[in-house]
Formats: sequence, C-alpha cells, structure tokens
Amino acid sequence: MVARVQLPQQARRGEVIEVRIAIQHPMETGFRYDPMGKPVPKNVINSLKVRYNDSEIFSAELGSGIAANPYLQFCTVAEASGELVFEWVDDNGSRGSERATLTVA
Amino acid sequence: MSASARRRFISVLAGLAATPLWVARGVRAQPQPANQLEPLIAKMTGGKPVRRGRVTVSTPRLADNGHSVPLTVSVTSPMTAADHVLSITLLSERNPRPVMAIYHLGPKSGRATVATRVRLNGSQRVLALAQLSDGSFWSGSAEVEVTESACLDAT
Repeated sequence: MVARVQLPQQARRGEVIEVRIAIQHPMETGFRYDPMGKPVPKNVINSLKVRYNDSEIFSAELGSGIAANPYLQFCTVAEASGELVFEWVDDNGSRGSERATLTVA
Repeated sequence: MSASARRRFISVLAGLAATPLWVARGVRAQPQPANQLEPLIAKMTGGKPVRRGRVTVSTPRLADNGHSVPLTVSVTSPMTAADHVLSITLLSERNPRPVMAIYHLGPKSGRATVATRVRLNGSQRVLALAQLSDGSFWSGSAEVEVTESACLDAT
C-alpha cells in the first residue's frame, strides 16, 4: 500500500508541527455490489498508529465513514530529531508502513 | 385567455414538470433514517454528561459529493500532561455506521486539531465528541448539505 507523508523538513524544538498522511486504499464499505451482483466485502484500514522516536504520539480507529484513500492530519510537538513511523492494518490483515525523518534544530 | 385560466394552465405545467423528478427520486434509495446518537454517546461516555462547547467542527456548508467531505475538528485545550484531550470521535447522523473514526491524542500532540475526509450519506449534522484527561466530555457539531450522497452508488 502506497502512502505519502508530509511534514516540515525542519522544526524548532518545542514547535507544534502538522503531520499529514494519505494512504492509497479503496476503503471498501461492504455496502457495494460488483457487476455480477455479489456484495463486495468490507475492507477498510481499521487502525493507524504513529510513533515518534519509538513513543506513540497518535493513533486512529477508522471505519467505512472515512473516504477512499484516507487522509489524516494531526499535530505533534517537535522534541528531537528522529523518525516518525506510521503503521496501519486493514480488515484483510494486510499491513503497511511508512517512515519520515524530522530534523529539529 | 383570462388571467385565472392562464394561471391554472401554468400550474398544470408546473405539476407535469415536477412529477418525473418525484418518480425518479422514488427509484433511488430511501434516505437513511436519522441514527439515534444519544444512546451511542451514552455508551461511550458511560452515562457522563456531555457539555456543548470547546469542540469546533469545520466543514464546507455545502458538499457537492458525499464520497469525500473535508472535515476539521479542533478542541480548545492547553494539551499539557495535566490537561489534554484523550480522544476525538466523529459521529454521523445518517451513515449506516454512525462511528466514522476515533482519534487518540495525548500531551505530545501539542494541539488538539485533526483533519480528514469523510463519507456522508446525505445532508446531516456531523458531531464530534471529545474526551478530556479530567474525564469530562465535550461535543460540537456542524451541519452539512450534501447534494450527492455516498452509498447510493451501487456500481
């Protein structure tokens, strides 16, 4: 699963920064039918966890009410240079992850 | 033609014009009856009172397409270790599954603002419920007019 993370390349210590992530995923609701009339099983990204230098800063439980190719934006305090790790899993059990580095001046 | 006859003629025309629209609407799925959010909220809060305020839901007043509606929720909170937002829950009045998302925040969030894009099954009030570290619950809502609902598309 492809994802795109956006965060400022540089931040001052203690600054509140915006973190954005968009993940490519159909977020299948389970209410749709395929052309043969068979229901398409529900398959959504149900959980997303974000760790910053190995401590969890944000997590989300998502449902079928989130649009396809889910986009999330949240904030965090820039404490030290390091890595943000995004991990998610969908109803089929497929996992995805993405990393982004943050430089704190 | 007298004025009243012309008026009657126009009203018949208007009726004709309105009929196919009404029939076409009948073919589409019936709007989902409004969810009873109160019992659901009571379950989430454990029966604690929910106060209105501190939570701001911003969304376009009019959404052309219910498949993807931008939504921003912010909660007024200092976000310190002693006083912060624990979670934000997004609830829909008309979606088949009323709970759209639950976000877990903490003092490391710095600012209690989250944004996403949601699916909305028709015009409705979107509600956000915030749980604070002192155990209190706050809510805020926004009205969204959706011209083309999600969930009707059966393809």
